[in-house]
Parts: sequence; structure tokens; C-alpha cells
Amino acid sequence: MMGTMTTEPIPPFERFYLAHRDEVLGYLRRLLGQRAEDAWQETFLRALRAYDRLEHGKHLRAWVFRIATNVAMDELRARPQPLLDGEPVAELRRDAFRELEHFTTELPPTERAAVVLHYGYDLPYAQIADALGSSEEAARAAASSGVRRLRRTHERHA
Amino acid sequence: MNVTPDLDARFRAAAIGAGVVDVRYDLVDSPVGELRVAATEHGLCRISYFADGWEDALARQFGVRVLRSPLDDVRRELDEYFEGKRRSFDLPIDLRVAPFHADVLRELALVPYGRTETYGALAAKAGRPGAARAVGTVMNRNPIPIVLPCHRIVGASGALTGYAGGLEVKRALLQLEGAILE
Repeated sequence: MMGTMTTEPIPPFERFYLAHRDEVLGYLRRLLGQRAEDAWQETFLRALRAYDRLEHGKHLRAWVFRIATNVAMDELRARPQPLLDGEPVAELRRDAFRELEHFTTELPPTERAAVVLHYGYDLPYAQIADALGSSEEAARAAASSGVRRLRRTHERHA
Repeated sequence: MNVTPDLDARFRAAAIGAGVVDVRYDLVDSPVGELRVAATEHGLCRISYFADGWEDALARQFGVRVLRSPLDDVRRELDEYFEGKRRSFDLPIDLRVAPFHADVLRELALVPYGRTETYGALAAKAGRPGAARAVGTVMNRNPIPIVLPCHRIVGASGALTGYAGGLEVKRALLQLEGAILE
């Protein structure tokens, strides 16, 4: 519908948490492997701390992915050695990505987040830009540079 | 990628520990059905017989940071009450109602276990003789039934009249307390 000006109410935190806890954990596992659980808890604690300052309930999914990305970036910068994820990744939406996905641990943090958010979670670039705190162009560039790097890595290993 | 019960429990405990939750709630099984119970940092603030709109109502009154989390003290005291081992509650209460409602609910809390009182008598005790009907409204909107024992308030004829949880629940509670026979 065009021009809906009605403000989206903020759902009680419990409902928001139940709606997003699993996919945020999946996302953080892709970025951080075994280190995901601490980052996951930190993500929802940060969300909870900020939750009563939200002005509306729009784009909460992008919002929590942004927090998760920030937490993951902090973690990757603090301890950049990628840990190999022991667990197989569940359901991926794009075949090409599925083939390359396990190489994402070799990408720099921003490219890794952009690639995983776009190809693993179908987030549009505007929302990825939000998550990364960058412009939409920069998010798109990070993803495509990440994909190029993935392909090169893949060819090296092939 | 599903969050395990253990990870979920750790997050909920950390959230409560961090003091960033406006209101927490839990579900408690009872002989009169599943009860929803809620508490703020100040004390027990709600008990409800109904699931519909529960979290939204908590968010509206206490804040959007609503989180399910074990309320062991509330559960224990309710269990003891339903087992007939507890005649009054020791739980701290967070009562957020209009002044008249607060006056009436304070008097209500003094009506002893196993006894009944009429709407009119409770109105008089709250300093508003003749306000039996208004007292009926206060009972109907009682935010913490069972603990604030509105089931002990009956009509002038002794008829049970009404109850938010249904008349059969009111009857069951009064039978449990020995206030009425089968």
C-alpha cells in the first residue's frame, strides 16, 4: 500500500526475540563459527538495552542483524583467526552460494557479512548497508568484491 | 539453526541479571487452569487466566521490554496455596491502579482465607459506603486475582455473582478454602 503513515507498533520484546533468535544464531554461526553463542547472547542483550528507545517497530529484522553484525565485527577484529565451523550449515537459499559458502571464513569481515547477509539471508542491499553502517553502494561493492574473492578462492581449491 | 533450551535459558537469566527488563512473566499450572503471572522489579504485578493479548497488555502498562523468565517464588506460593498449605501470600506486590482501586484492593487483601465478604461491606471498609457497584468494577479489573482475593467477595444474598476467571473458578477457590461446601 502506498504512503502508509501508520506507525508500526513495537511488539513486546518476547515476541521480537522469538521471531529472530534462531536466524540470528544461524547468521552468527556463519560469521563466527564456534564463537557464535557468546556473540548471539551479546546481540540480544544489546537489543534489549536499546529496545525501549525504539521509535517504531519497522525493520526490526534489519535492526537486529545490524546489531549482530556489529558484535561479529568487534569479535572478528579482536580475534581475526577464522575458526572453522564444525557444524554443517542448514538450508541455504542459493545454489551458487551453497557451493562457495564454506570459503566465506576467508573473507575480510565486511565482505563476509555483506555476502552472507545477501546470499544467505536475502537481505536487500539497503538493509545490509544499515547493518554495516555504510552506504548502499558500499554494501553492494563489498558483496561483489566478496563474491569475486570467493570465486578466486574456489578456483584455487578446485 | 535453532537456539537450544540451554542457550535460551542463559540469555533470559543474563537479561534479568542485567536489570534491563521492564516486566517478566511465567506460566504456572494450577487446578483452575494455566495461570499467567508477571512481576516487575518491585513485585508481582499481574495474574491472568487468559492468554489473549497478555504480552501486549504487559507492554502497554509496564514497558515493551517484556520477557518470559522463571518466577520461582510466585510459582511456589501458588502451588502451596492450591495444595491447601498456604493461607496468605508473602509476595511483594507492584500495584499500579487508580487511588480508589488501590483503597479497595488494600481492604480486599485483608479479607481472611476461607471467609467471604459482600461488595457493600467492602465498599464501607474502603470508606465509600454505598459504592457496592463501583467495588464490583474494581473486583472485575483486579490485576492480581487469587493473591488479592476478589473471589471472596459475593453479593448481598450470598450469591457468587461474577468473576473474571469464570464463576466455576470462583466456586473452586472458595471450596478449596472451605468457605463454601460442594
